[in-house]
Amino acid sequence: MVTAAAMSNFVIVAREDFSEVTYLLEILHPLMAKAAKPGQFVIVMLNEHGERIPLTIADFDSEKGTITLVIQAVGKTTRQMQQECQVGTSLYGMVGPMGIPSPISHAKKVLCVGGGLGVAPIFPQARGFKESGAYVIAVLGFRNKELVFWEEKFRDCCDELILCTNDGSAGMKGMITDGIKVALAGHPNIEEVVAIGPPVMMKACADTTRPYKIKTMVSVNPIMVDGTGMCGGCRVKVGDQVKFACVDGPDFDGHLVDFDDLMLRLQRYTKDEKSASERWSENCRMTKQIDPGALNELAKGGAPQSEPLELPDPYEDAPGG
Amino acid sequence: MREQDAQVRARNFEEVACGYSLDDAMRESERCLMCPDEPCIAGCPVGINIPGFIQKIGEKNFRGAYDILTDTNLLPSICGRVCPQENQCEGVCTVGESLEAVAIGRLERFVGDTAIKEGWSNIPYIEANRFRVGVVGSGPAGMACAADMAKAGCDVTVYEAFHQPGGVLRYGIPDFRLPNTVIDAEIDNLKKLGVKFECNTLVGRLFTIEQMIDEMGFHAVFVGVGAGYPTMLNIPGDSLNGVLSANELLTRCNLMHARDFPNFDTPLPIGRRVAVVGAGNTAMDAMRVSIRLGAEKVYCIYRRSRTEAPARVEEVHHAEQEGVEFHWLTNPVSVLNDGTGSVRGMRCVRMELGAPDDSGRRRPVPIADSEFDFETDLIVYAIGTNANPIMGQTSKLKLNKWGYIGTDENLATSVAGVFAGGDIVTGAATVIEAMGAGRKAACSMKAYLGIRDPALPYFTETGSGTLFGIDMRERNFARVRVA
Repeated sequence: MVTAAAMSNFVIVAREDFSEVTYLLEILHPLMAKAAKPGQFVIVMLNEHGERIPLTIADFDSEKGTITLVIQAVGKTTRQMQQECQVGTSLYGMVGPMGIPSPISHAKKVLCVGGGLGVAPIFPQARGFKESGAYVIAVLGFRNKELVFWEEKFRDCCDELILCTNDGSAGMKGMITDGIKVALAGHPNIEEVVAIGPPVMMKACADTTRPYKIKTMVSVNPIMVDGTGMCGGCRVKVGDQVKFACVDGPDFDGHLVDFDDLMLRLQRYTKDEKSASERWSENCRMTKQIDPGALNELAKGGAPQSEPLELPDPYEDAPGG
Repeated sequence: MREQDAQVRARNFEEVACGYSLDDAMRESERCLMCPDEPCIAGCPVGINIPGFIQKIGEKNFRGAYDILTDTNLLPSICGRVCPQENQCEGVCTVGESLEAVAIGRLERFVGDTAIKEGWSNIPYIEANRFRVGVVGSGPAGMACAADMAKAGCDVTVYEAFHQPGGVLRYGIPDFRLPNTVIDAEIDNLKKLGVKFECNTLVGRLFTIEQMIDEMGFHAVFVGVGAGYPTMLNIPGDSLNGVLSANELLTRCNLMHARDFPNFDTPLPIGRRVAVVGAGNTAMDAMRVSIRLGAEKVYCIYRRSRTEAPARVEEVHHAEQEGVEFHWLTNPVSVLNDGTGSVRGMRCVRMELGAPDDSGRRRPVPIADSEFDFETDLIVYAIGTNANPIMGQTSKLKLNKWGYIGTDENLATSVAGVFAGGDIVTGAATVIEAMGAGRKAACSMKAYLGIRDPALPYFTETGSGTLFGIDMRERNFARVRVA
């Protein structure tokens, strides 16, 4: 029995910090937890003045009634969420599940590739394939050991796990495509590859599997406003067609997606993003300065000098989906 | 009607048309002839008793005028502003045959605004009937259907995917044409009727239409989700940064308040020279928004001539006053890249009008060797919309060949108990047509549920053809369902 109760309040019931920039939120939404399927996403609004940001669902638990999101603090909104979204607080809006669920095919052997933050949204797909009886090999790529998360979770649901880090501090040393090559060498009968991560990584994955002619699905993450097919901001070139990622995707054939176009379109608001982010950092510093200790310092005549925060480039490691 | 000066208003988002003063309204009401054949009522998609409410204005009985208006139209402040009256009631007005037609829309708006100011609302006596009705989409079609079903005694819930209700009234039509305060007031009226609004709910994906009927206990559902899905031109350079749909521009500006960036977090592309392709009402909105956002030049690029432009005459006129440069008989050929993936300009070709096409308008044909380039840094497509695919993807509703929801003449869909109306049935149209569809669907829904419809005729003299005292001619007892 579906009930429409409690849909206006999106309470955060759990939080976990994976690293300085990556954090996990579990949000209570029983109805969505029942409806969600692998590959779908939500659009979140932090507060009334906030922007609508699309985030791929990293996990859902219909028993607990929760939706799990893994977020990387790269822009103003995601950094503000990192600061403000504590257990017990709630989001202003969360709508979904959006997009066409990933088709969990009857492939017998599947390679699930997650890069950086893309490791989170690949999880429901890996689990989905496992549940439908496939032999699942996961390739997870991170920059270094500190950024690794959910290794155990993947070990529990996959038949094999290949962990790669760029510096070799965990698992094998190498790029994620090296991991894919290892997997392909060991398993010539892989029928399908699913890759989620920053566009540049998905592009590399698609290029790696192209010579093998293995079906490769990717989950694209363009800029969106509504997520319901209404604004067309998320249009991507797939083969010779233009598709809206929000209602026609977000999963597309990686061998057909025009990644260069996707990456270019992701930069549309880089300048605004950067200025918003800088302004926000500035405000945070000012708030800090006004705390009593700081005021005392000021009274003593020694204003605390804060170092300007170093901003991560928002698109260096864009959220994977 | 008094208007803000074009120079001043082009720099603010305040309403352009200031509305009638009391004297204006009195004077205008006297121009109505009260002609016996009442062509205006037939010209109105919802059949408002127009001479009736104008007469009440003449008697200075504004409350009475409001009562007559709200008999048929719950949203007079909105319709008075956004209806294309020149094609409807005012287009057939008898006075209009020799003089300027009675300004019915402005009078309607005057009454609606007076009601908001005075805090009037007409809440009829409602006897609850235990039927539950779900409405998908909180735009004009959904609002009209919800109002009628609530008045009939149903427990109505409206679902909206955005975080605020109102649909196109909220995200599409800019503040200077329809202020948010007016939408809020009209939505409050619906809430007073007992209508519940659930935002942040994407029907189809969070739960399906079928689940609403089978599991959630709704006895009937109305689908009024709008057309949405914007058309792109499919010319080279379409995906360059700086090319966007009018829907995106307007949603960012209106719903997300991007014009107040950075107070609001949503950014907006700001163009110095903006080219808007299309000449419908949405195109006019996009141009006038661009002017207010500070564009130096705003061009309208339209492949037909001014006569064929689908926008309201008043809108074209307003846009012109505010400094929009119109380029009629001009068609885009490609968007030019500045080398970094952004727009540098647009290549167009001159057109001339040939023989009439299917729509009865003369078909534009390109003039050979007339291509030319011009400089622009932001291009907005306002060339119409297609059907939103979500309902088709998630339900068993039968669609027509264009992807819109197929209905019979009573707006019933292929799924029992599910009705549809507005843009998702007809393709992009006007606010009032959507409202008309919402009301029509409500009428069918009442017949489906077996609710007596006060709008249908009731015969007091019962003849021999009665069954348990019910007159067969009422045709009002089609189905009996136990709630």
